[in-house]
Amino acid sequence: MSDLQTQTLVPQLDTIFPDWVRPDDRAGYQGYIVETEHLLAVAKALRDTYGYDLLSSVTGVDYLPEGKLEVVYHVFRTTGGPIFVYKVQVPRDNPVVPSLVPLYPGAELQEREAYDLLGIRFEGHPDLRRILTWEGFAGHPLRKDWHEPYFEEEAKPYKSRWPEGQVRRAEDLNPFADNVDYPAGFDPESLVPDADDTLYKTLFRVQQAQHPEIKTDAIVVNLGPQHPSTHGVFRMVALLEGEKILDLKPVMGYLHRNHEKIAERNTFLQNMPFTDRLDYIASMSNNFAYALAVEKLMGVQPPERAEYIRVIMAELTRIVSHFIAVGFLLNDLGAFFTPSLYGIKERELIVDIFEMVSGSRMMCNYFRFGGLARDMSPEAVQKTKELVNDRLPRKIDEFDRYLTENEIVRQRCEGVGVLTPEDAIALSATGPVLRASGVPYDVRRAEPYSIYDRFEFDVAYGLHGDIYDRYLVRMEEMRQSVRILKQALRDLPEGPIMTGKPAYQVRVPAGESYGRVEGPKGELGFYLVSNGKPNPWRYHVRAPTFINLTSLAPMSRGGKVADVVAILGSIDIVLGEVDR
Amino acid sequence: MNGKGILSGLLITLRHFVDTYLEDLKVGRKRYGTAEGIEMRRSSDTRGIFTIQYPEEKLPVPEEFRFVPFLVYDVKEDGEKAVRCTSCGICAKVCPPQCIWIERSVDAATGKPIPTPAEFFIDVDVCMNCGMCAEFCPFDAIRMDHDYEMASYDRHKHHILNKERLLKPASYYAEIRPTSYRREEAEKAAKEAAKAAARPPAGTAA
Ligand code: SF4
Ligand code: SF4
Repeated sequence: MSDLQTQTLVPQLDTIFPDWVRPDDRAGYQGYIVETEHLLAVAKALRDTYGYDLLSSVTGVDYLPEGKLEVVYHVFRTTGGPIFVYKVQVPRDNPVVPSLVPLYPGAELQEREAYDLLGIRFEGHPDLRRILTWEGFAGHPLRKDWHEPYFEEEAKPYKSRWPEGQVRRAEDLNPFADNVDYPAGFDPESLVPDADDTLYKTLFRVQQAQHPEIKTDAIVVNLGPQHPSTHGVFRMVALLEGEKILDLKPVMGYLHRNHEKIAERNTFLQNMPFTDRLDYIASMSNNFAYALAVEKLMGVQPPERAEYIRVIMAELTRIVSHFIAVGFLLNDLGAFFTPSLYGIKERELIVDIFEMVSGSRMMCNYFRFGGLARDMSPEAVQKTKELVNDRLPRKIDEFDRYLTENEIVRQRCEGVGVLTPEDAIALSATGPVLRASGVPYDVRRAEPYSIYDRFEFDVAYGLHGDIYDRYLVRMEEMRQSVRILKQALRDLPEGPIMTGKPAYQVRVPAGESYGRVEGPKGELGFYLVSNGKPNPWRYHVRAPTFINLTSLAPMSRGGKVADVVAILGSIDIVLGEVDR
Repeated sequence: MNGKGILSGLLITLRHFVDTYLEDLKVGRKRYGTAEGIEMRRSSDTRGIFTIQYPEEKLPVPEEFRFVPFLVYDVKEDGEKAVRCTSCGICAKVCPPQCIWIERSVDAATGKPIPTPAEFFIDVDVCMNCGMCAEFCPFDAIRMDHDYEMASYDRHKHHILNKERLLKPASYYAEIRPTSYRREEAEKAAKEAAKAAARPPAGTAA
């Protein structure tokens, strides 16, 4: 086979590695199951020979009845094309899997998450600690036999609500009363110093390995969790030498609510409003990705009009999100709140439209499987047209004149927080962060979903991979979104907005699916496993900002403390999504 | 580096600032505190000041706006309340955070359930205002409200709404959601008409 062929065709793993790999032939499943001991070899071949250079998602599924844990890997080529999935299966009582961090450094945070929530041990991982839950957490919550405090039933709807609903107050259920479990020998009173020591040690290890000869005083500084620069409750532990960052660890999970466990108790439909609360700046995108994943399982297709409205909402959301991202980046640079309020003003006009169509400004809950919750009224269409055809292009230009040539912005952003294209790919960065590094990868182009193949738009990308390019990419993406919006509004057809009848219990056949969209912050994916019941067996969110944070430390090393603040701003995180 | 970028940026800020006063002069008093002024400030060609002085001024909410649900009752000819809810339980089943609690009525004599709720609770601290209960109620009995000013000093006492608190007349529903109300009434009338047409003429039965 020629090089070009190996790099573009989907490899038949089971014929290439007949002894190591078998196709996943369970009904409704795709991809391949790889023998655990050969995982690294297969993954390496996929990356180096077959061109799957970006590890998109790593997660696990607990198949309790079979006594197995499965680790699921999704990889794609940054040159485009569909996503590729392979899995390894390990026994539940001894789940050890080789870590992919040596091949794909972008697996670092994701493997920690799988370890934390499912108890899968990744051998060879440089820093396998809990990440979203705290050290005093007993068990691994996404195991199917793990029960939360005041556990009621495996799945909603709960029987206690109807027909004999005896109300009780939610706050009477205090999860820190006598129903909480601690690990054996754990004393919550004596926790803090121990736990942070292990965290700080991971920093010192790095330092000693890199600078054995230098005898300077490096100090550990905590930025956050309560810090105006961290965009929420997020913490960075930095090892400093003077003003210089030697190493840095992101610490997250302060806003963790076990979204995925809640979702596995919910029915498929009940999850829709919960997805709003992930990246709450971009709830329409979250709806979109989740609806795509469930629709793939159900095999339904929304009608034309619904597809157009979906695209309109998703692109408006992108503009909202980028206005906020750019505005708050300027906040981090010290332009306190004037730019961000100019951005918020435009956002306000757009969320007015969301409120008109969906009933809520932020928590839209607008998408349904096979369509939308309700139609877009002529007034809402009119208002969108006014914004898209007149105001938004004007305001984006004004933003541009306002900030792009500002000398302070350029001084602070150019050449700071550089991420090379190779590093960006290796670290699984997606969205504007990846594109600013010169990799023009956009899911809307690479694997068009919905009706994105009908629109003309350009994929914005940068060349330098610094903060300034991330800013420029976002500005350009807003313009491209306006371009898509103009076409979508022009072609918006009349017709129904729902395939089939709206139903409060949807039938979802057994199987797995991965739905992904190009969210404003990166590739947002939902990995679902259904066993044919009303509730998803597994529900995993590939959260773009969480995974983009893997690049934070490499971007920050060698920079100054003040740069870190701007670098974090340029990743554009939303803690609702990072912590889930 | 010559500072030109900073200066032109500052000019834009100044422009925003000055625009507020120019608009004030142009529009006059009605810019603040009137429905027209609010509409002007939130329109797509708004200039200058953008904020709304809550609570003196309030943004009108669109019809689809959804806040904590309420139960609809019709007023019968004799003035009695006819609760639309049949305690079918669909809303309690679909509610994502499971904050609806319904107690079905039971006929004291026969012990059989009767289709009306004995009690109906919504814990508004848990309610996520998703609107699914209203979306899937087959009897148009539960609808999303527009009244968002629910803050109280004692959430323990006031934040679980019972049937009494939840009930609001259909006329209120018609007022806040006129289009939905009209559509539903028309659908109901059409259904009734179809039923009447399908029914054999009186006198021929049995
Ligand atoms: S409000 Fe509607 S859905 Fe809920 S129990 Fe009553 S009739 Fe059924
Ligand atoms: S609005 Fe949503 S959360 Fe609130 S009661 Fe209705 S279904 Fe439940």
